[in-house]
Amino acid sequence: MTEWIDTLMQGILLGGLYSLFATGLALSFGVMRMINIAHGDFAILAAFAAIAVVEPFGLNPFVVLLVVAPLMGLFGYLLQRTILNRTLGKDILPPLLVTFGFSIIIQNLLLVTFSADTRSLNVGELGTASIALGGDLAVGVLPLIIMLAAVAVLGALQWLFSATPLGRAFRAASDDAEAAQLMGIDNRHIYGLAMGIAMAVVAIAGVFLAIRANISPADGPARLLYAFEAVIIGGLGSLWGTLAGGMILGVAQAVGLKADPGWGILAGHLAFLAVLAVRPNGLFARTRDR
Amino acid sequence: MSLLETRGVTAFYGDFQALYGIDMGVEEGETVAIIGSNGAGKSSFLRALCGLQKTAPDSVRFGGDAIGGLAAHHIVGLGLAMVPEGRRLFPSLSVEENLLVGAYSKRPGPWTLERLYALFPILGERRHNPGTALSGGQQQMVAIGRALMSNPRLLLCDEISLGLAPVVIRDIYAALPGIKAEGTSVLVVEQDVGQAMKVADRLYCFQEGRVSLAGRPGELTREQISLAYFGV
Amino acid sequence: MNPVLPTVERSTRASQVGALLGLVLLIAVISAPWWAERSSQRLLTEFLYTLALAQMWNLLAGYGGLLSVGQQGFVGIGGYCLVVLGLQAGLNPFLIVPLAGLVTALVAVPTATLLFRLRGAYFAVSTWVVAEVFRLMVANTASVGGGSGTSITQTVRGIPAWWRESTTLWIALALGAGATLAVYFLLRSRHGLALTAVRDSEPAAESLGISVERIKWYVYIAAAAGCGMVGALIFITKLRIAPEAAFSLDWTATMFFAVIIGGIGTIEGPIVGTLIFFLLRELLADHGSWYMIVLGSVAVVFMLWIPRGVWGLVSSRFDLHFFPVQRRVRNIDQKESR
Repeated sequence: MTEWIDTLMQGILLGGLYSLFATGLALSFGVMRMINIAHGDFAILAAFAAIAVVEPFGLNPFVVLLVVAPLMGLFGYLLQRTILNRTLGKDILPPLLVTFGFSIIIQNLLLVTFSADTRSLNVGELGTASIALGGDLAVGVLPLIIMLAAVAVLGALQWLFSATPLGRAFRAASDDAEAAQLMGIDNRHIYGLAMGIAMAVVAIAGVFLAIRANISPADGPARLLYAFEAVIIGGLGSLWGTLAGGMILGVAQAVGLKADPGWGILAGHLAFLAVLAVRPNGLFARTRDR
Repeated sequence: MSLLETRGVTAFYGDFQALYGIDMGVEEGETVAIIGSNGAGKSSFLRALCGLQKTAPDSVRFGGDAIGGLAAHHIVGLGLAMVPEGRRLFPSLSVEENLLVGAYSKRPGPWTLERLYALFPILGERRHNPGTALSGGQQQMVAIGRALMSNPRLLLCDEISLGLAPVVIRDIYAALPGIKAEGTSVLVVEQDVGQAMKVADRLYCFQEGRVSLAGRPGELTREQISLAYFGV
Repeated sequence: MNPVLPTVERSTRASQVGALLGLVLLIAVISAPWWAERSSQRLLTEFLYTLALAQMWNLLAGYGGLLSVGQQGFVGIGGYCLVVLGLQAGLNPFLIVPLAGLVTALVAVPTATLLFRLRGAYFAVSTWVVAEVFRLMVANTASVGGGSGTSITQTVRGIPAWWRESTTLWIALALGAGATLAVYFLLRSRHGLALTAVRDSEPAAESLGISVERIKWYVYIAAAAGCGMVGALIFITKLRIAPEAAFSLDWTATMFFAVIIGGIGTIEGPIVGTLIFFLLRELLADHGSWYMIVLGSVAVVFMLWIPRGVWGLVSSRFDLHFFPVQRRVRNIDQKESR
């Protein structure tokens, strides 16, 4: 029994990391109606960038994150303004294929620069520290920190979207891009900001991933799929839904993994397909077409 | 100097030419109406004015500056706001949020939420409802209010009476004097000639992408308008 | 003055020349085992099955509007048919190729039912998830070799090498040319018009009484079957199969590349694109990762600045159509045609 509670708890905490991955994806689809196929690869890129400065200089990964996340945000803004905005339109093929191209380019650039070896970020004792909950149960400090970070990011975004002029502009541009222009909203800039935020958040996710586990240059696509699944399970247009979606995915993976080591990821995918079969609009969808 | 002055405005949709050189103007504080049948180019003209449709830089002068071909979001900041055809409220925003988005360009001026709720009291009561949950007439009020929130010098209204009941249209046009009182000029596009004659200081009639008639409502005869409107 | 009656033309000068050229090429490839070296024969085989894959993706995305990122799922299932039907049931590997098409089509039916609940980009990523599910299921099945895969040399034992290689080439030809012609005749048929209508405007097609969903469904199943057959053939040439290779995203990436570079939504495009793909590979394959970086960059550049691909440029510049699928009206009075 305790074992299963432990599994469940680990799965739920894993959901924190997944929702960090999912948030950026949900944001860029919500505002620009585009899916960034290279989303996971950008996370891995950010993680390797962190590794590249942490290892030689012996810096604290959390401190490095404070630099990497804004830098990735800036990069995201510029990428949207220079390239991705040109792909937006009625046809969804261009954004999909351009970002697919980015995915291949990033993976191979990382491979050339860092080799195929797995790497990770070391946070010392914090990586293994845990808090005893009585009985045989204990909760890892690191997963808890990640979950708190996810909640903080989602809370901040929720506030941004519902209570600030920028958030209203995001929603207006998402609803009707042309009408938004008539309000004085520069869509290209707004899209750039949305991608900037998405990239900053996915950089946080990537660095946390590298603190929690080993990563390699080819890990991006898997991360994209988990993020996507969390978004769909949670339901579109719902920020907190991505957290719930991430948790459901995390629990499915943890339970699958416990049943059979080969079934962890598969169980996550199957949970996603099951949601698709039963509630194609996701479990917590608000409105929105897809 | 006119507030708005156009010289030879043209518009193309691919190979199709919608406008063949429109010359017209709106003076400070004036209400001008454009009438014409479906497909006469009225909406294309408004789209060209507000930057949604490409046009030559010098063909549109606003407050003395050439604004033709500027981006729409830029033009709003100069004081030219548009109430688009079909209202186009943002469905995921509440009434108040729709109005606040209208103030995105932060132009200083008399229009605030309070001032708008005084003009359209029903919007104040419904401020927290989703914009699209309102009746057609109320939605039109939101659309007008949203445009006013940018404190425009000139307000463009594209077919604001379309699809509304006569009594609702009357309510909406009743707000016009209040808008004019703040010194805002108004350019309305109307299919309803009677309505246009009632509110406008001056009138332009479009036919097949050209100005077919211009003048003051009182000075135009029924026959002149009919000829300019229908071409027969 | 004698009025010239307008006529509807479906063939062009280029298409007639093209048909002749095609016939010559066909004979050349069929006879290749008698005159070509083994290595070039293999390259030709690879070219032809890659062309078949590209045509399938072109049909899906270029005509059906179905952006699939998961065609590797069907390639993989086709490949694994060799294990189940060949290695275990003992069928002739070449007979398995059409059977693999049948099997993948059957797998595609429930898949389509599930995936068609999603639109556009969501559909795209979900097809990828499904391909991953196929891969993980196979990797978890010990009887087909599990994660490390298995050798399938046993299935071709007893077939003389010359016959094996030649038959492989002929089947590759049947798939490559067959896929091209199948798309061509499909587009020329009544269904082709419907498909074009769907591509141009779904609501408009719907209002004309065309069942958009059903057409897309057929296209999806057909493309799955095509990829399945190619998958079986690919692993006859490789003689070893593992989930990572069989369900590799690289298959779909190759399809993307060939179709985008060549010109999406044209029949000539994938042919040109596949040629360019092989050319680049011959030039750069030794450079490993850099080769992939170049491929990715070229695809991005095309998508941004040359979205109609090489063939799109050529055909609009020279009004060249080897596979005319549109009807052209000639001798119409200029005033009327405006």
